[in-house]
Order: sequence, then C-alpha cells, then structure tokens
Amino acid sequence: MLITVSVNGQPYTREVEPRLLLVHFLRDELGLTGTHWGCDTSNCGVCTVRLDGVPVKSCTVLAVMADGHEVTTVEGLERDGELDTVQKAFVECHGLQCGFCTPGMLLTARWLLDNQPDPDEGQIREAISGQLCRCTGYENIVRSIKWAADAEAEARS
Amino acid sequence: MSYGRMQRKEDARFIRGRGNYVDDVRLPGMLHGAILRSPHAHARIVAIDTSAAEAHPKVRAVITGQTLAGLNLAWMPTLSQDVQAVLATDKVRFQGQEVAFVVAEDAYAARDALELIDVEYEPLEPVVDARKALDPGAPVIRDDLEGRTGNHIFDWQAGDKDRTDALFAQAEVTVAQDMIYPRVHPAPLETCGAVADFDKVTGKLTVWCPTQAPHAHRTLYALVAGLPEHKIRVISPDIGGGFGGKVGIYPGYVCAIVGSIVTGKPVKWMEDRSENLMSTAFARDYHMRGEVAATRDGRIQAIRVKVLADHGAFNGTAQPTKFPAGFFHVFSGSYDIEAAHCEVTGVYTNKAPGGVAYACSFRVTEAVYLVERMVDVLAAELGLDPAEVRMRNLLRPEQFPYTSPTGWEYDSGDYPKALRLAMDMIGYDKLRAEQADKRARGELMGIGISFFTEAVGAGPRKHMDILGLGMADGAELRVHPTGKAVLRVSCQSQGQGHETTFAQIVGQELGIPADDVEVVHGDTDQTPFGLGTYGSRSTPVSGAATAIVSRKVRDRARIVAAAMLEAAPEDLEWADGRWSVVGDPASGRTMAEIALAAHSNLELPEGVEGHLDAVTVYNPPNLTYPFGAYICAVDVDQATGQVKVRRFVAVDDCGVRINPMIVEGQIHGGLADGVGMALMQVMAFDEDGNHLGASFMDYLLPTSMECPSWELGETVTPSPTHPIGAKGVGESATVGSPAAVVNAVVDALKPYGVRHADMPLTPANVWRTISGDPFRTDLAIP
Repeated sequence: MLITVSVNGQPYTREVEPRLLLVHFLRDELGLTGTHWGCDTSNCGVCTVRLDGVPVKSCTVLAVMADGHEVTTVEGLERDGELDTVQKAFVECHGLQCGFCTPGMLLTARWLLDNQPDPDEGQIREAISGQLCRCTGYENIVRSIKWAADAEAEARS
Repeated sequence: MSYGRMQRKEDARFIRGRGNYVDDVRLPGMLHGAILRSPHAHARIVAIDTSAAEAHPKVRAVITGQTLAGLNLAWMPTLSQDVQAVLATDKVRFQGQEVAFVVAEDAYAARDALELIDVEYEPLEPVVDARKALDPGAPVIRDDLEGRTGNHIFDWQAGDKDRTDALFAQAEVTVAQDMIYPRVHPAPLETCGAVADFDKVTGKLTVWCPTQAPHAHRTLYALVAGLPEHKIRVISPDIGGGFGGKVGIYPGYVCAIVGSIVTGKPVKWMEDRSENLMSTAFARDYHMRGEVAATRDGRIQAIRVKVLADHGAFNGTAQPTKFPAGFFHVFSGSYDIEAAHCEVTGVYTNKAPGGVAYACSFRVTEAVYLVERMVDVLAAELGLDPAEVRMRNLLRPEQFPYTSPTGWEYDSGDYPKALRLAMDMIGYDKLRAEQADKRARGELMGIGISFFTEAVGAGPRKHMDILGLGMADGAELRVHPTGKAVLRVSCQSQGQGHETTFAQIVGQELGIPADDVEVVHGDTDQTPFGLGTYGSRSTPVSGAATAIVSRKVRDRARIVAAAMLEAAPEDLEWADGRWSVVGDPASGRTMAEIALAAHSNLELPEGVEGHLDAVTVYNPPNLTYPFGAYICAVDVDQATGQVKVRRFVAVDDCGVRINPMIVEGQIHGGLADGVGMALMQVMAFDEDGNHLGASFMDYLLPTSMECPSWELGETVTPSPTHPIGAKGVGESATVGSPAAVVNAVVDALKPYGVRHADMPLTPANVWRTISGDPFRTDLAIP
C-alpha cells in the first residue's frame, strides 16, 4: 500500500505492507532510530511519538493508519540547531541514564507542557505513567519536566 | 574540572535520538533472524520438519540443533562450568527454550516462517517447585549429562559450623524464619540482540551486541567456536540498560553468528520482550531458612542459613568460578557477630537459566534481604524497636578493617552515623508516634529499616576469575600533543555514565578539563582487556585503573617538565594541575604544555621515549564495601491490601563521590527496583511449568505512580585500599531497598500478628496475609 506520512514536517511516500507497525516504519523505512521498541504489549512506551500532536505508542499504530497524518519524533524536537527546552531540561536535571526511554519521555513532556504549562508533580507523574524507565527511578524525569516548565514560564514573563 | 556534579557527555546524543543501540545497526545486505521456542517446559523432541519454512520465498536458512551439532555448537559452556543447549537436540527443558533459528530477508518474514516449522514433542513431567527437585523419583532434567540420576547441582558452605552450632545451643533466644526471594527478572528496556557479520574473505567476525563484558565474550567465542581471537571483534554499542541481564552469552548470539557464517551475510537477531523475560537470565529464586541466636537484650551472636537455590535447567549463573553461591556469605551483614554459617544447595528445575542478575552484586541482594529480615524477626520476638536492635549490633568505626565470620574483610565504615542520619532525616521518633496514633484508630502504617553492607569490585585475581579469566581490568591513556586525552577502558557502560565519570577521574589526576578526555569503551579491537561492568565493579576496578594510568602519565609528564625547566624531576612538585619547581609556582607547566613538549624535539633524558601515554592493569587488593541506611514508610489499605510507599529515605556511603549527580541517579533507579521487587515483580509458573510472567502485562514494573519522591542522604567513608577512595554504588539501592519495604509492610501488619510475608506484596498477597492465609506467589498455586 502506498502511503504518505509527514514526519517532522517532511512528507515521506513509501510502499508498505498493511501490517507494518509505525515504529518499524519510522526506524526501518525512514532510518529514524531515535524511536525505540521495548515491549510487545504496549506497556513500556519507549516507542512514543506524537501523531497529529497527540502522544501515541507507535508499536500500536499501523503505518498505514498514519497515512496523511503528521508524526513528530525525537529527531524533530531540535529546531534550527536549538534544543527544545525539554531536551535541555533532561540534561540539566540528569533525567536520563541509558537513554532508551528518553525519546518517548521527551515527546510526552513536550505534549504535557504544550497543554499544561504549569503542571504539579502529580500531573507530571500521571502524564508519564504510560512509560517505563528502568534507570532513573523517575525522580529526575519529574524534576526535568518541572525545570522545563519553570524555564518556559520565565521565558514568557 | 574535577570531581563534583558535571552534566553527562553522553546525553547530547541520547536526547536527540542519536544513540547507537544494537537494533539501530544496519549493514548492507543484512538479514534477520528469529527463534522458534518451546511451548513445553519439559518434552522430548521427536521430529522437526523445517521444509515448509525453507520453502518460504524470503527465507535464506533454517538452522536446527542438528545443524549446530555438525559444527559442534549445539551446546555451549556456561559461566558456571555447565553446558547449555544453543538449540535443543534431544529435549526441551524450559518453556521458551530455543529450538530452531530462521534467517530471512526481513524481520517480519522471519517471524512468519517460524509458524511454518512443525515440531513433534513428547511431553514429560516437569520439575517446577525447587523443593521437589531432589525428591526420589523426580524427573531427571539433565539426562544429557553422563551418569546424572537427579537434579542436584552443588552443595556449598561457608563459615564455622561447629562454633555457630555451639552458640545456638547455648543462646538465650533463637528465632527462625523461612523466606523466599522470588524469581524476578532485570528486564532492561532494551532487550538482547546481536548483529553478526562474518567476512569470508578476511576470516574476521564482527559482532555488535549489547554485552556488559565484550572482552570476555570475544574470548569465549574464540574458545567455543574455534575462531582465532584476533579475528573476532565484539562491539558493544550504546546499551539500553543491562542490570546484569547482558553479562552472559545467549543462544541467539550464537545463532546469529552461525547464521552469518552459513549465509555469508550480516545477520541481525533481536528478541522481543516475552523472549527476554522467558529465556534470558532471571534473578534471585533463593529459598532461605534464616536463624538467629541472640541474648535477651538483643545482642546477635550467630546466624545460620540454609538455602535452596533454583538455577533452572542449565546452571548458567554468572559468578566468579570459586563462588557457586556468589558472595551470599556476606550475609552476616553490618553486625558484629561471633559466628555464622551457611549451606547452599543448587538444583535444576524446568525453568530458564540465570540467577545472578539484576544488580545483585553476586547474590548480595539475597544476603542482605535475609539478614535484614532476620533482624526484624528478632526485634519482633524480643519486643524491641528494630532501629534499637540494629544500633546495638552495628559494627563500630574503629573495628575496620573488619574480618567477618565468613571471611570477608570489610574495608571501612561508620555505620551508626549513617543510621542516625537516616533516622533524623525521616523523623523516626515522630513517625513512630504517628504510627501509634494510627494504630489506635485502626489504620495500618509501617516503618521499615534496612541497614546494608555491600561487597563490590570483584575482584582480587587470586580468588576471583570468570571461567579462568582473572578479574583485573586494563586502562590505556594517551595524551595528544595539544593536551587532549583518550582513555580506553574495559568496562562497559549501560547508562551508568562512565563516559563522563571516567573523564572526570583523568581530569582530576592530570589537571585538564574532563571535556578534553574522550572515553572509549565497548570495542574489543580498540580497548584493553578486562572483564566488563557488573557487580558495581567499574569504579572499584576500572576506576582504579584509570587513576593509576593517569598517575603513570603524570609521572612521565614530570620527567618531561623537568627537561623543559632544566631541573631535576625530584625538584618538581605537582600543585594546581601543574608541575613546577618547588617554591617557584610561576615555573609551572600545564599538561597541555608538557604534552606538546613531549612530542617535540625537546631533548629527554636517556631511556625516556617521548610522547605521553601509559597502560596499566589493575588487580584489586580487596573488594570495596559501601553501605547504607534505608528507612521506608508505608500505608496499607486493610480493605484492599494495597500498599502505598509514602516516604523513602536512603543514606548511602560509597566513599568519595566522583559525580554526586550520577551517584544520586544510580540510587534513584535502584530504589525503584526495590519497590518493584517488594510489591510487584515476580516470575510465576503454574504446575505445568508455564511461565506466567512473560510480558509486561503480568510482569509488573513500577511506574512513576508507584514510586515516591526519593529522599537521599550521604556520608563519606573512603575506601582505604582504592586509589581515589571511591567504592562502587550502582547496585547498593537494589540490594538494600527491598528489605526496607518488606520490613515496613510487615511492621504495618503487626496488629494481625504477622511476622513475615513473601515478596511480592501485591494487594492480593497482603490481603491473604491479613486473612491468615499467605501463599506462594512465585508458584501461583494457592
């Protein structure tokens, strides 16, 4: 099946099998390997990308379902050589270790701050509760997202 | 730049999605492998028909145990001097075991072809419960081993049995408690996999693989496959977490290598999550009986332990050769005890191999859990506060170095100080008062303490080796003419931040910015030999090697600086990152200046070769013994059995902290492990040997919702035997925290007369415990 998916603002047209998962489309067809694959039951969330702005687990979306839609991956967070605030925040607050869950966490963090610019700890924890991390114990991920919210609030004021 | 908080060098690529993990590796013409696995726990293989799979248009090869037998590769040695089937030939011995390997043009087609393989099995009775493995008449799992008529693997003991028994015979008080440390799994978010590329023209095999011990893998491939070691290159790229699950060699790696040899193309094999959980190294599965002999005022005199260790169908436990139960005999813990003795018996069952994994420091998790539970059992028996019992028994600072009753020599410690700090941080007395109020109102609240001593940094090569390879680690340091440096080490980060912290060590020793030091690891063609990263051994061993190789370079720099300054080397002093003439700081030469001179036409003394580099091998004189005081407060809903971890205070002492930010991150992660193991995680089996925890639907890992906001404290008691006074720390929190959570839950259930309940303390298990009917979650047979 011929599909056209806009990924990080650029349209890609590819012939794919209907059964191809979006995560494999991104990784294997487009070479965007920042999106990872960590389980087979939709629990871990390391494959999280944004589909038309909403975080989705790309292991649970068929590539053909993304036909005509817009996908943002971690590779699309940095704009014109400038890191997104959430990327800076994870470095600043040591919100990553092995880095495997990081791309998905960053996209959810970006979505949260787009919709809730001043989240409290409970809201942050709930927002990332569909995503597992085995390294950080979540503490510094929560701090990172809070740091990014504060930095963006300061930039607005 | 020196020790202290420093942002991580590795973050730049990970936050951009530009890490390079094994499944990101793509080579021209690369094929994809997939493994057919056994649906049975125990069954004879009658026949395997691969013809339909071979006829699939995208399939390039189907490999069975028969194919491998022709190459003498159907079985491979394990890290415990046993053998493990690569692909089953005679029978299958656990559910999920590898039976056949398909190589196809893409990963989807490879999976399709698995469905086309027809295997005829003759089911056999499985051994699921380790306690029945030694029963007369129990099915013999390892009938492949000549002369084997039962499932017994080993008996091992440590300590002084006679003295321990004598103390028990005279003791005022003795307590005993059976407890299970259930089978769990490290479950790194990235599963295992490999890309193997055998070049027929050069005869060189390159294997990309997320291994924690790339050099050991290379040597084992050379020994097992008969390939020359200089023609094998193992590249361990970025690893998405290891936690001990990526130490050993798995059948999939061997299959990928054989697949590449057979097809002449690179072959990638990536397991999925259920394969990871079912077939790669599990952790724990110790069935323990602990006993304590004490005085009536709570002075512990002796500890006696018997362990039944479930090792699965092949003894693949990863530990130093002479230690079949790892370092379990560090179980006398942080206490001044006269005598101790343990006996460990290992048995085969129809389950996957493993045992040592998941930040266990070679069974120290089990040892610490045992002793910290037993102290609470004793406190409950005597009606004493568990903090008070610990204070009465903790080793005192002046007793170090301390030789434990089972022979460990603890390097340093100030235990009472750490426990007092933790108690102050959590407001212990106030918390007990709150608990009393709540109990009076009928609410369940618990406070649990765990005080642990770790044993990390394996280890001295006179006692410690992995399959004959001594546990020393190399380091090579080269300073470029402009003063930038490259450090090559044999340890292998899986997220622990080595690229940053090892650069900090070099920076501190040479007086150059850590940003000017590139750390190279994970490529056996480029790095010195060593045993890799596990057992929190990187800082104790490779960290020491890094400091020492830096000092060698600094010593060479002194000679060069002396030539520059036309002074004698003995007249120079090292201060503020420069070599200068004593009493003349203005004469100081920086490492960059010296490096340029070392590569120039400056005349050097006879015998000095020029350039600025050095190599070393560090053979540690002892382990390091970090310690910690953890206190956990939980609320338990008595209507549902739900446990909420409300607060968790963790005071860790790992000696000198190279990068406190990274140390804290290590501790946070380990504390989440502890909450997960105590409350959620278990690999359960039914009576037919079906794996009931083979996906994240059933094998529950803590999310952001189950973890509290961790409260950390620190004391600093340097290791006197380590070049920079640092101890390992990566596994401390995983080792120390489960007992704190369990002790807290048992404390909460005190009004019900509960003295012990086994992990995981799921709502169902707590509710059953409250009802007086606890059950074995690990077997899932009420």
